[in-house]
Amino acid sequence: MRSGDLILQTMSKVVFFIIILFSIHLFFEGHYRPGGGFVGGLMTSGAIILLLLAYDIKTVKKIIPFDFKWLIAVGLFISVVTAGGSLLFNVPFFTHVHDYFNIPLLGKTSLHTAALFDLGVFFVVVGVTLTIIQTIGESE
Amino acid sequence: MFNILLYAVLVMLSLSILGYVYRLIKGPTIPDRVVALDAIGITLVSITALVSIVMETNAFLDVILLIGILSFIGTAAFSKFLAKGVIFDRDRNS
Repeated sequence: MRSGDLILQTMSKVVFFIIILFSIHLFFEGHYRPGGGFVGGLMTSGAIILLLLAYDIKTVKKIIPFDFKWLIAVGLFISVVTAGGSLLFNVPFFTHVHDYFNIPLLGKTSLHTAALFDLGVFFVVVGVTLTIIQTIGESE
Repeated sequence: MFNILLYAVLVMLSLSILGYVYRLIKGPTIPDRVVALDAIGITLVSITALVSIVMETNAFLDVILLIGILSFIGTAAFSKFLAKGVIFDRDRNS
């Protein structure tokens, strides 16, 4: 049995990577321009929802072989560790630091610990959205 | 002069959205309404672009791509629901 949406499947193979790249772009420009962890996470889950539309839940579980509830836990862990790590240096909770580093290929780049906190937000948003979608999609 | 042109085009796009809203309300079948919603999304993209020219900012350029992607995913979901009755099928091959 072959399902008839060949055009949607072929197109989603291309569009998926464009949406993923756009979500990474949204995530990394969040410090200087509109964007950030929340919108980036929503766009990533939008890309995976497109895969769910074109294929089925079983195939997507084979492509991404872990439970999305783990993603919520990992994201919360990253955020709490980033916020609580400032207590080790005798500064208040949630104090962020940044500095400039010379990275090969990228040149002078500012690395900020708020980006790690945003990474936690990103994971939590992706995990919550896809858990909701998959739970609703699997129930009869 | 250029600003007058921009506002004129904005008025035209608003009128075309009014036309789509007429099709959205009146449309005899569901596919008519889905196509009208998709067209409203595309017109919203051009309105966002024109507003960002009027306000002289480039902070809305991400919004344009976002509306395009969301409108595509929404229309694909509606079409699959109309065609198959489900949006996410559990196993495509069974």
